[in-house]
Amino acid sequence: MILGLHRASLRHGKAVQALRNVDLEIEAGERVALIGPSGAGKSSLLNVLSTAIKPTEGELRVLGEQPWNMGNRSRQRLRSRIGLVHQAPPIPGRQRVVTAVSAGRLAEWGLARGLLNLLHPLDAEGARKALAELDLADKLFAQCGQLSGGQLQRVGIARVLYQSPELLLADEPVSAMDPVLADHTLGVLCRNARERNVTLVASLHNVELALAHFPRVIGLRDGQVMFDCAAADVAPERLRALYANEHLVPAPAAEADAMAVQIPRC
Amino acid sequence: MLSRDTRDPALLPRLMLTALALILLWPGIRLAELDVSVLWHGDSARDMGNFLAGFWPLASDAEFLALLFDATLQTLAIATAGMAIALLIAIPAGLFASRALSLSAASRGGRPLWWAQALRWPVRGLLIFLRSVPEIVWALLFVRAVGLGPTAGVLAIGITYAGMLGKVYAEIFESVDQRPAHALMQAGSGRLAAFCYGILPTAAAELMSYTVYRWECAVRASVVMGFVGAGGLGQQIDLSLRMFAGGEVASMLLTFLLLVMLADALSRLLRGRLA
Repeated sequence: MILGLHRASLRHGKAVQALRNVDLEIEAGERVALIGPSGAGKSSLLNVLSTAIKPTEGELRVLGEQPWNMGNRSRQRLRSRIGLVHQAPPIPGRQRVVTAVSAGRLAEWGLARGLLNLLHPLDAEGARKALAELDLADKLFAQCGQLSGGQLQRVGIARVLYQSPELLLADEPVSAMDPVLADHTLGVLCRNARERNVTLVASLHNVELALAHFPRVIGLRDGQVMFDCAAADVAPERLRALYANEHLVPAPAAEADAMAVQIPRC
Repeated sequence: MLSRDTRDPALLPRLMLTALALILLWPGIRLAELDVSVLWHGDSARDMGNFLAGFWPLASDAEFLALLFDATLQTLAIATAGMAIALLIAIPAGLFASRALSLSAASRGGRPLWWAQALRWPVRGLLIFLRSVPEIVWALLFVRAVGLGPTAGVLAIGITYAGMLGKVYAEIFESVDQRPAHALMQAGSGRLAAFCYGILPTAAAELMSYTVYRWECAVRASVVMGFVGAGGLGQQIDLSLRMFAGGEVASMLLTFLLLVMLADALSRLLRGRLA
């Protein structure tokens, strides 16, 4: 087991309960999609799994270690083996793409090499290779602020690919891309995971993409796991129950029946 | 319910705050004994006129210009050396005082642990102490320690400005988007590396502009300290004022104008490079 969560809960402040008693086990080399309605806790779960946020209750085991029972230094070492693709790429607009991508190895490099790399890119070829997988090699020396949302998202993915972690987590990695590009980019992520035998967990808005690319799918709703099964076993009723939204005002009479179920298809 | 929602709920607090500001302003004016009409009363207007009339013509004989050149260079040197000392203290102190480098904040939604936050207070206290004593007082102190001359001015500027720069640096570090740095720390990188890759790119222009502005202030401050014997243009102005040489004072004020314009142009140039 490479990733294990035992009775984990996460609260933001007092009011918001993002995760409730989540149990989860993921084996090495698995590829898992997280789906669920907005606010279901997908991002919270990924943040907990990536050791970015400490769960309020429960126990997390990652890569055979307990990150919240160790010192800062060893936790930082553990974190360098985990890559998280953020939903909004956390990259300063004034940074060049080559710097943003090479920041993926910052943990491995340490401060001195990191500072040197700011003055002159030390491994431009490595960064170019990571970008080339996502068809962005020509943007190596562009400013991140000048890229489109989809391009910036791919820079964020390239950074994590360049980090080459043992555990790859992705929070809505393709949300800013058009359907064709989204499909292609997910394909790249999955192929990469397969080739390097990396465990991949990604949250996705698009159910079809999740079913097409991932052997295992976890449905999350109200911070709880609704179902956890093979992609082939995800039946339409399960999806309907997962995405059912009683708060939405029904559309005007004529379309009411057709709109009753809100399964996002982007 | 509906009738309450149609009114802006922020309206009342805003009106109250405006009224409060006005009510507080009046006793402030009374306490400060501000009375602008004095300016137009017979004697004072004539005195000011005489003082200003002495400023013309500008002093421009070669001997004085050579003196002015030396004094200007000395002023610039005092300001620059003082800023260098200030930066040596302010950069590490700003990093220590700021939440931007907090590992615990990165995994707690921006709120550091309470004891980690408590550790920042001594540094903040030091910065407050450094800048709460005016530079002129530091200068008087150092004039006693190292004697008359520019050294006292350099030390005084270095100490006071370290307090100002450190405080504002810490606030600039905190005011930019923290997510890039947090993301890097959550991926295992060290604090300083995360700072250089995640915060510095966004904060650089702001830091640069504030630093150049402070350098400009240091030029002016070095002049005030010249009055207490810490060298530079200030000492010259003091001498010229005592000798009622208005033309010399005016020439030196013009030099100031040029120096401030120079600082302004430098700031604009650097911001243009960084933005």
